[in-house]
Amino acid sequence: MSGGVDSAVAAAFAAEAGHDVTGVHLALSRNPQTYRTGARGCCTLEDSRDARRAADVIGIPFYVWDMAERFHEDVVDDFVAEYAAGRTPNPCLRCNEKIKFAAVLDRAVALGFDAVVTGHHARLDEGVLRRSVDIGKDQSYVLAVLNRDQLSRAMFPLGGITKEQVREEAAKRGLGVADKPDSHDICFIADGDTKGFLAERIGAKTGDIVDSATGEVLGSHDGAFAYTVGQRHGLGLTRPAADGRPRYVLSITPVSNTVTVGPREELEVTVVHADKPVWTSGTARTEPVECVVQLRAHGETHAAVLVATEDGLTAHLRTPARGVAAGQALVAYLPDADGDIVLASATISGSARD
Amino acid sequence: MLPAALDAYVTAAGHLGNASALHAHGRGARRLVEEARESVAADLGCRPSEVIFTGGGTESDNLAVKGMFWGRRDADPRRRRVIVSEIEHHAVLDAADWLGRHEGAVIDRLPVDGRGRINADVLAGILRESADEVALITAMWANNEVGTLQPISEMSALSAEYGVPLHTDAIQAIGQVPVDFTASGATALTVTGHKLGGPAGVGALLLGRDVPVTPILHGGGQERDVRSGTLDVPGIVAFATALHIAVTEQDALARRLTVLRDDLIARVREAVPCAVLNGCTEARLPGNAHFSFPGCEGDAILMLLDAAGIQAATGSACNAGVAQPSHVLLAMGATGDTASSTLRFSLGHTSTAEDVDALVAALPTAVERARAAAAT
Ligand SMILES: Cc1ncc(COP(=O)(O)O)c(C=O)c1O
Repeated sequence: MSGGVDSAVAAAFAAEAGHDVTGVHLALSRNPQTYRTGARGCCTLEDSRDARRAADVIGIPFYVWDMAERFHEDVVDDFVAEYAAGRTPNPCLRCNEKIKFAAVLDRAVALGFDAVVTGHHARLDEGVLRRSVDIGKDQSYVLAVLNRDQLSRAMFPLGGITKEQVREEAAKRGLGVADKPDSHDICFIADGDTKGFLAERIGAKTGDIVDSATGEVLGSHDGAFAYTVGQRHGLGLTRPAADGRPRYVLSITPVSNTVTVGPREELEVTVVHADKPVWTSGTARTEPVECVVQLRAHGETHAAVLVATEDGLTAHLRTPARGVAAGQALVAYLPDADGDIVLASATISGSARD
Repeated sequence: MLPAALDAYVTAAGHLGNASALHAHGRGARRLVEEARESVAADLGCRPSEVIFTGGGTESDNLAVKGMFWGRRDADPRRRRVIVSEIEHHAVLDAADWLGRHEGAVIDRLPVDGRGRINADVLAGILRESADEVALITAMWANNEVGTLQPISEMSALSAEYGVPLHTDAIQAIGQVPVDFTASGATALTVTGHKLGGPAGVGALLLGRDVPVTPILHGGGQERDVRSGTLDVPGIVAFATALHIAVTEQDALARRLTVLRDDLIARVREAVPCAVLNGCTEARLPGNAHFSFPGCEGDAILMLLDAAGIQAATGSACNAGVAQPSHVLLAMGATGDTASSTLRFSLGHTSTAEDVDALVAALPTAVERARAAAAT
């Protein structure tokens, strides 16, 4: 129970369904006192108070579990290391993979619980994970990393209703968080300044911004970690391109601390390689699969043919994708009238144009 | 609350009146307060004028530590040292630390031995060296976590010998062991209502008449000019009622709880052989049993027992609710892991042999699961 409306309603639904439910709030900061206040985060004093109040109203016991060390190692340090390596991580996905459905789940099972219930917007039924009915709020992308075992002990009671309905259900039950604003930012970056957070940990280091076609140095930057593939703004280039068209970040090379820029069409890729695959059903598909893939959180989908490789997956896209960043997840879905079904997830390692 | 305290509360709350007002209702309220004061004084062995009603233990501790520091330092600027035992409640520890950070106080910490007993020789050493510089000593009568009774008479003898005031937080001791303020030789003593079956938010500081104390709360000066604020008449009446019952029944309760507690300790050890009893075997509060369960987190056991209807306590939690390793156990020389593996079982006037049966029945599974959880 993060202190937000979703987990509160999920807990209420689980309790009303007759489960023996215990509310758990995760303390994720090593020093909660210094975390930001307000409704934006998921680990502030105010949030733990809101979670406690929700548990009171639902009538379930409530405890705070200290997961600060694990969270720091598995999510925060990983986040920094990924950026330092020139990749673009998704910390919410990592938190689901390593904290909520690993550290918390393992502890819960050891203590005698059967499952972890969360307020994620996704549908899970007999091991089949689908997008939420609320496509705008769907979180299956950050849950697709969960393997069959993890999913067998997960419950997502909110997948069948929209966010608006969640708020209505909260209001109906007198939950004070019914109208609490959604959290958007990365919970462990107190002021929302990701660049500053990374600079403090990776260290500012001047490097070149070079042109992809000519290799010419166009400008300099204070740290390649501050850039994401596909980024157009904030490059600080004073000289326009010869043809006057905007330039985009095409790649980041941490070894030489170089940011390579070029025209939009060079961002386009049709082949995406990914490693560390998780097949939701527990078995890899050996034959190529027609599916759709999503390449970043809230990103658009592309029709594709998915092929299992020796150490991962390759997706051959039917329409080019832009701004495909290593470190993000490739999630493959099987289109279905009852909601697209998650087939597999893997971490993007590279991309190319056919 | 004890039924008698609750009755006293409700009756007093039915009387309108501000104890500071001069009209008939005011005088009636004043009378209730003064009767309560006399009752508290009789029960704790002091004069009525030595009873300062406060808003509870935290306020009494803050008033004693900060107020006596300021009072003594103002009389002689050399007196900047505050001698504090390492196992005090945070109401004392944090008040002293605050003086250190903001008021130029120098904090001397009195260590404890492995059983949680304050070493009075260290106190003697500090006083021998620098009694002139000491503003006050503060050392609790009995520890609230491990239940160890402290050498109050040894410390008050040193306090008298060197002319340095001694404050003692006796919240845990009252009702469990005999407490007599005058006989103890302490200069100031903290008591609170909610540990005695009285209301929370009401307590007292017993304070010798000639002790210079600077107030924390300024205003109407209701309590001897040391503490201001309109008095909570029903709260005070209920507090005095609960205190009277606790003191009257102390001896019988202590006998009963000692037997029950010793049975609990023996049966917990039998049911969970790895359990380690913390604290002192003899000099211990009758209602206290405190264990480490190596390889477990105390809060995991707490949760599982709670689900079985048994309420136990770990050290303390921060504002966000995260269990912290107990500073008391750390002061006793425990490692961080051991300090987090502890659980306290408190027995009181409502505790029965069936409660102990229920605990012993539920504990082995809880410990086993908590150990499995800690290994994940
Ligand atoms: C030893 C001790 N000192 C101080 C306090 C704080 O007293 P109060 O809760 O009345 O503020 C407590 C516990 O409540 C305590 O156990």
